[in-house]
Amino acid sequence: MKLRNLFAVVMLSGVFSLLSAGLFVALDAVDVAFTEAAVGAGISTVLMLGTLALTHQEEKPAQHSRALPLLVVFVTGAALLYGTADLPPFGSADTPVQQHVAPEYIERTPKEIDIPNIVTAVLASYRGYDTLGETVVIFTAGIAVIVLLHGSTRRRRREDGEETDS
Amino acid sequence: MDHHFILRVVSKMLIPPILLYALYVQFHGDFGPGGGFQAGVIFAVGFILYGLVYGLDHLRRVAPPAIVRAGIALGVLLYAGTGAYSLFKDKNYLDYSALADPERAVGGQHLGILLVEAGVGLTVASVMIAVFMAFASRAPEIKDTDW
Repeated sequence: MKLRNLFAVVMLSGVFSLLSAGLFVALDAVDVAFTEAAVGAGISTVLMLGTLALTHQEEKPAQHSRALPLLVVFVTGAALLYGTADLPPFGSADTPVQQHVAPEYIERTPKEIDIPNIVTAVLASYRGYDTLGETVVIFTAGIAVIVLLHGSTRRRRREDGEETDS
Repeated sequence: MDHHFILRVVSKMLIPPILLYALYVQFHGDFGPGGGFQAGVIFAVGFILYGLVYGLDHLRRVAPPAIVRAGIALGVLLYAGTGAYSLFKDKNYLDYSALADPERAVGGQHLGILLVEAGVGLTVASVMIAVFMAFASRAPEIKDTDW
Protein backbone atom coordinates (compact mmCIF):
# COMPACT_ATOMS: atom_id res chain seq x y z
CA MET A 1 0.00 0.00 0.00
CA LYS A 2 1.27 3.44 -0.91
CA LEU A 3 0.06 6.71 0.55
CA ARG A 4 1.25 10.16 -0.44
CA ASN A 5 -1.49 12.06 1.36
CA LEU A 6 -0.02 12.80 4.79
CA PHE A 7 -3.45 13.60 6.24
CA ALA A 8 -4.45 9.98 5.65
CA VAL A 9 -1.13 8.82 7.12
CA VAL A 10 -1.73 10.82 10.32
CA MET A 11 -5.26 9.44 10.61
CA LEU A 12 -4.04 5.88 10.07
CA SER A 13 -1.36 6.24 12.73
CA GLY A 14 -4.04 7.50 15.11
CA VAL A 15 -6.15 4.45 14.33
CA PHE A 16 -3.10 2.22 14.83
CA SER A 17 -2.48 3.87 18.19
CA LEU A 18 -6.07 3.28 19.27
CA LEU A 19 -5.85 -0.36 18.19
CA SER A 20 -2.66 -0.85 20.20
CA ALA A 21 -4.45 0.72 23.18
CA GLY A 22 -7.03 -2.05 22.79
CA LEU A 23 -4.19 -4.54 22.64
CA PHE A 24 -2.81 -3.22 25.94
CA VAL A 25 -6.25 -3.66 27.53
CA ALA A 26 -6.27 -7.25 26.32
CA LEU A 27 -2.86 -7.67 27.95
CA ASP A 28 -4.24 -6.31 31.26
CA ALA A 29 -2.07 -3.18 31.15
CA VAL A 30 -4.90 -0.66 31.54
CA ASP A 31 -2.69 2.19 32.72
CA VAL A 32 -0.51 1.89 29.62
CA ALA A 33 -3.59 1.55 27.42
CA PHE A 34 -5.00 4.72 28.94
CA THR A 35 -1.83 6.65 28.18
CA GLU A 36 -1.63 5.27 24.66
CA ALA A 37 -5.23 6.22 23.91
CA ALA A 38 -4.89 9.72 25.38
CA VAL A 39 -1.42 10.61 24.11
CA GLY A 40 -0.92 8.43 21.04
CA ALA A 41 -4.37 8.55 19.54
CA GLY A 42 -5.45 11.92 20.92
CA ILE A 43 -2.80 14.59 21.38
CA SER A 44 -0.25 13.25 18.88
CA THR A 45 -2.83 13.21 16.10
CA VAL A 46 -3.87 16.79 16.84
CA LEU A 47 -0.24 17.98 16.93
CA MET A 48 0.56 16.10 13.71
CA LEU A 49 -2.40 17.82 12.05
CA GLY A 50 -1.08 21.13 13.36
CA THR A 51 2.29 20.32 11.80
CA LEU A 52 0.60 19.43 8.50
CA ALA A 53 -1.09 22.81 8.49
CA LEU A 54 2.38 24.38 8.79
CA THR A 55 3.97 22.24 6.07
CA HIS A 56 2.44 20.35 3.17
CA GLN A 57 -0.23 17.72 2.89
CA GLU A 58 1.49 15.71 0.18
CA GLU A 59 4.65 13.72 0.63
CA LYS A 60 7.44 14.57 -1.78
CA PRO A 61 8.56 11.71 -4.06
CA ALA A 62 11.59 9.93 -2.63
CA GLN A 63 14.93 10.83 -4.21
CA HIS A 64 16.83 7.71 -3.20
CA SER A 65 16.25 4.00 -3.61
CA ARG A 66 13.80 2.24 -1.30
CA ALA A 67 15.72 -1.03 -1.25
CA LEU A 68 17.82 -0.29 1.83
CA PRO A 69 14.95 0.86 4.14
CA LEU A 70 12.90 -2.13 3.04
CA LEU A 71 15.79 -4.46 3.84
CA VAL A 72 16.26 -2.88 7.29
CA VAL A 73 12.55 -3.25 8.04
CA PHE A 74 12.50 -6.88 6.99
CA VAL A 75 15.65 -7.78 8.92
CA THR A 76 14.35 -6.05 12.06
CA GLY A 77 10.96 -7.71 11.71
CA ALA A 78 12.55 -11.12 11.23
CA ALA A 79 14.77 -10.58 14.28
CA LEU A 80 11.73 -9.62 16.38
CA LEU A 81 9.76 -12.65 15.18
CA TYR A 82 12.76 -14.86 15.96
CA GLY A 83 12.88 -13.31 19.42
CA THR A 84 9.20 -13.95 20.17
CA ALA A 85 9.73 -17.67 19.64
CA ASP A 86 11.77 -17.69 22.86
CA LEU A 87 9.26 -15.75 24.98
CA PRO A 88 7.51 -17.55 27.84
CA PRO A 89 3.78 -18.16 27.35
CA PHE A 90 1.52 -15.14 27.94
CA GLY A 91 0.54 -14.71 31.58
CA SER A 92 2.80 -17.37 33.01
CA ALA A 93 3.80 -16.55 36.59
CA ASP A 94 7.31 -18.02 36.61
CA THR A 95 8.91 -15.62 34.13
CA PRO A 96 11.95 -13.63 35.27
CA VAL A 97 10.06 -10.33 35.15
CA GLN A 98 7.40 -11.63 37.54
CA GLN A 99 9.96 -12.93 40.02
CA HIS A 100 12.34 -9.99 40.32
CA VAL A 101 10.76 -7.04 42.16
CA ALA A 102 7.09 -7.47 41.29
CA PRO A 103 6.24 -9.86 44.19
CA GLU A 104 7.87 -7.48 46.62
CA TYR A 105 5.82 -4.53 45.35
CA ILE A 106 2.63 -6.61 45.55
CA GLU A 107 3.47 -7.67 49.07
CA ARG A 108 4.62 -4.30 50.39
CA THR A 109 2.13 -1.93 48.78
CA PRO A 110 -0.91 -2.78 50.99
CA LYS A 111 1.23 -2.37 54.11
CA GLU A 112 3.36 0.66 53.23
CA ILE A 113 1.29 2.68 50.79
CA ASP A 114 -2.22 1.26 51.27
CA ILE A 115 -3.73 2.21 47.93
CA PRO A 116 -5.47 -0.32 45.67
CA ASN A 117 -3.68 0.59 42.43
CA ILE A 118 -0.19 -0.87 42.73
CA VAL A 119 0.83 0.78 39.46
CA THR A 120 0.30 4.20 41.02
CA ALA A 121 2.16 3.14 44.16
CA VAL A 122 5.17 2.03 42.12
CA LEU A 123 5.02 5.03 39.81
CA ALA A 124 4.63 7.77 42.40
CA SER A 125 6.28 6.36 45.51
CA TYR A 126 8.68 3.46 44.96
CA ARG A 127 9.91 4.94 41.70
CA GLY A 128 9.34 8.58 42.53
CA TYR A 129 12.71 9.54 41.06
CA ASP A 130 11.81 8.02 37.69
CA THR A 131 8.53 9.88 37.57
CA LEU A 132 10.22 13.13 38.58
CA GLY A 133 12.62 12.56 35.69
CA GLU A 134 9.74 11.94 33.30
CA THR A 135 8.03 15.13 34.42
CA VAL A 136 11.25 17.06 33.89
CA VAL A 137 11.51 15.52 30.39
CA ILE A 138 8.02 16.80 29.55
CA PHE A 139 8.92 20.18 31.07
CA THR A 140 12.08 20.39 28.95
CA ALA A 141 10.28 19.31 25.78
CA GLY A 142 7.54 21.87 26.31
CA ILE A 143 10.03 24.67 26.95
CA ALA A 144 12.00 23.64 23.86
CA VAL A 145 8.93 23.72 21.62
CA ILE A 146 7.89 27.12 22.96
CA VAL A 147 11.37 28.55 22.45
CA LEU A 148 11.68 27.11 18.94
CA LEU A 149 8.26 28.14 17.63
CA HIS A 150 7.70 31.39 19.47
CA GLY A 151 11.25 32.66 19.05
CA SER A 152 11.03 32.53 15.29
CA THR A 153 7.61 34.22 15.07
CA ARG A 154 8.83 37.08 17.17
CA ARG A 155 11.91 37.46 15.01
CA ARG A 156 9.86 37.37 11.84
CA ARG A 157 7.48 39.94 13.23
CA ARG A 158 10.40 42.22 14.06
CA GLU A 159 11.76 41.82 10.53
CA ASP A 160 8.34 42.64 9.13
CA GLY A 161 8.24 45.72 11.33
CA GLU A 162 11.65 46.87 10.04
CA GLU A 163 10.49 46.45 6.47
CA THR A 164 7.46 48.62 7.03
CA ASP A 165 9.62 51.19 8.79
CA SER A 166 12.02 51.52 5.88
CA MET B 1 -15.20 28.03 11.83
CA ASP B 2 -17.99 30.49 12.51
CA HIS B 3 -20.61 28.71 10.45
CA HIS B 4 -20.04 25.23 11.90
CA PHE B 5 -23.02 25.50 14.17
CA ILE B 6 -23.29 21.80 15.04
CA LEU B 7 -19.57 21.53 15.82
CA ARG B 8 -19.75 24.55 18.12
CA VAL B 9 -22.79 23.32 20.01
CA VAL B 10 -21.55 19.73 20.35
CA SER B 11 -18.07 20.77 21.48
CA LYS B 12 -19.60 23.16 24.00
CA MET B 13 -21.57 20.25 25.42
CA LEU B 14 -18.54 17.95 25.41
CA ILE B 15 -15.95 20.19 27.07
CA PRO B 16 -17.38 20.18 30.64
CA PRO B 17 -17.62 16.35 30.81
CA ILE B 18 -14.07 16.11 29.41
CA LEU B 19 -12.69 18.40 32.11
CA LEU B 20 -14.70 16.59 34.79
CA TYR B 21 -13.45 13.24 33.54
CA ALA B 22 -9.87 14.53 33.65
CA LEU B 23 -10.32 15.46 37.30
CA TYR B 24 -11.82 12.03 37.98
CA VAL B 25 -8.83 10.34 36.34
CA GLN B 26 -6.47 12.60 38.30
CA PHE B 27 -7.89 11.93 41.73
CA HIS B 28 -9.05 8.36 41.17
CA GLY B 29 -5.58 7.26 40.05
CA ASP B 30 -4.95 5.71 43.48
CA PHE B 31 -7.88 3.35 43.06
CA GLY B 32 -8.09 2.58 39.36
CA PRO B 33 -6.19 3.13 36.16
CA GLY B 34 -5.12 6.71 35.63
CA GLY B 35 -2.94 9.34 37.20
CA GLY B 36 -1.30 12.64 36.50
CA PHE B 37 -0.03 11.89 32.99
CA GLN B 38 -3.35 10.71 31.60
CA ALA B 39 -5.38 13.29 33.48
CA GLY B 40 -3.13 16.12 32.30
CA VAL B 41 -3.53 15.07 28.69
CA ILE B 42 -7.31 14.74 28.97
CA PHE B 43 -7.58 18.10 30.71
CA ALA B 44 -5.53 19.70 27.94
CA VAL B 45 -7.74 18.03 25.32
CA GLY B 46 -10.70 20.02 26.64
CA PHE B 47 -8.83 23.27 26.02
CA ILE B 48 -7.45 22.12 22.68
CA LEU B 49 -10.94 21.19 21.47
CA TYR B 50 -12.08 24.66 22.46
CA GLY B 51 -9.15 26.20 20.61
CA LEU B 52 -9.78 24.10 17.50
CA VAL B 53 -13.44 24.99 17.24
CA TYR B 54 -13.53 28.58 18.52
CA GLY B 55 -10.11 29.77 17.42
CA LEU B 56 -6.87 30.66 19.13
CA ASP B 57 -7.95 34.10 20.30
CA HIS B 58 -10.79 32.65 22.35
CA LEU B 59 -8.44 30.02 23.77
CA ARG B 60 -5.94 32.72 24.75
CA ARG B 61 -8.69 34.50 26.63
CA VAL B 62 -9.65 31.33 28.54
CA ALA B 63 -6.09 30.16 29.18
CA PRO B 64 -3.72 33.14 29.09
CA PRO B 65 -0.31 32.02 27.73
CA ALA B 66 1.52 33.54 30.70
CA ILE B 67 -0.49 31.40 33.15
CA VAL B 68 -0.07 28.28 31.02
CA ARG B 69 3.69 28.84 30.88
CA ALA B 70 3.80 29.37 34.62
CA GLY B 71 1.88 26.10 35.06
CA ILE B 72 4.60 24.19 33.24
CA ALA B 73 7.16 25.24 35.82
CA LEU B 74 4.80 25.11 38.82
CA GLY B 75 4.03 21.43 38.29
CA VAL B 76 7.70 20.42 38.35
CA LEU B 77 8.20 22.74 41.31
CA LEU B 78 5.35 21.08 43.21
CA TYR B 79 6.82 17.64 42.57
CA ALA B 80 10.39 18.58 43.42
CA GLY B 81 9.20 20.70 46.34
CA THR B 82 7.40 17.71 47.85
CA GLY B 83 10.69 15.86 47.70
CA ALA B 84 12.62 18.76 49.16
CA TYR B 85 10.12 19.04 52.03
CA SER B 86 10.99 15.53 53.19
CA LEU B 87 14.66 16.51 53.10
CA PHE B 88 13.93 19.28 55.62
CA LYS B 89 12.15 16.72 57.77
CA ASP B 90 15.34 14.62 57.97
CA LYS B 91 14.06 11.97 55.58
CA ASN B 92 15.25 10.88 52.18
CA TYR B 93 14.33 12.91 49.11
CA LEU B 94 10.78 12.02 47.98
CA ASP B 95 10.12 9.96 51.11
CA TYR B 96 6.47 10.90 51.60
CA SER B 97 6.23 9.50 55.12
CA ALA B 98 7.68 12.85 56.20
CA LEU B 99 4.36 14.49 55.26
CA ALA B 100 2.44 12.99 58.18
CA ASP B 101 2.97 11.93 61.79
CA PRO B 102 5.54 9.15 62.18
CA GLU B 103 2.90 6.71 63.46
CA ARG B 104 0.69 7.39 60.44
CA ALA B 105 3.25 6.95 57.66
CA VAL B 106 0.58 5.58 55.30
CA GLY B 107 -1.30 8.89 55.40
CA GLY B 108 1.89 10.66 54.39
CA GLN B 109 2.22 8.33 51.43
CA HIS B 110 -1.37 9.14 50.36
CA LEU B 111 -0.73 12.88 50.60
CA GLY B 112 2.63 12.61 48.87
CA ILE B 113 1.19 10.63 45.94
CA LEU B 114 -1.68 13.13 45.65
CA LEU B 115 0.77 16.06 45.56
CA VAL B 116 3.22 14.63 43.06
CA GLU B 117 0.39 13.42 40.80
CA ALA B 118 -1.06 16.93 40.92
CA GLY B 119 2.35 18.28 39.92
CA VAL B 120 2.61 15.82 37.05
CA GLY B 121 -0.91 16.62 35.89
CA LEU B 122 -0.31 20.39 36.01
CA THR B 123 2.93 20.16 34.02
CA VAL B 124 1.52 17.77 31.43
CA ALA B 125 -1.67 19.76 30.88
CA SER B 126 0.21 23.07 30.64
CA VAL B 127 2.82 21.67 28.25
CA MET B 128 0.14 20.21 25.98
CA ILE B 129 -1.85 23.46 25.88
CA ALA B 130 1.33 25.53 25.36
CA VAL B 131 2.58 23.25 22.56
CA PHE B 132 -0.81 23.40 20.85
CA MET B 133 -0.79 27.20 21.14
CA ALA B 134 2.73 27.35 19.75
CA PHE B 135 1.73 25.26 16.74
CA ALA B 136 -1.60 26.97 16.17
CA SER B 137 -0.19 30.49 16.46
CA ARG B 138 2.09 29.85 13.49
CA ALA B 139 -0.42 28.18 11.21
CA PRO B 140 -2.54 30.31 8.91
CA GLU B 141 -6.27 30.02 9.44
CA ILE B 142 -7.31 26.63 8.08
CA LYS B 143 -9.84 26.85 5.30
CA ASP B 144 -12.61 24.25 5.06
CA THR B 145 -11.53 23.37 1.54
CA ASP B 146 -8.08 22.32 2.78
CA TRP B 147 -9.34 19.19 4.44
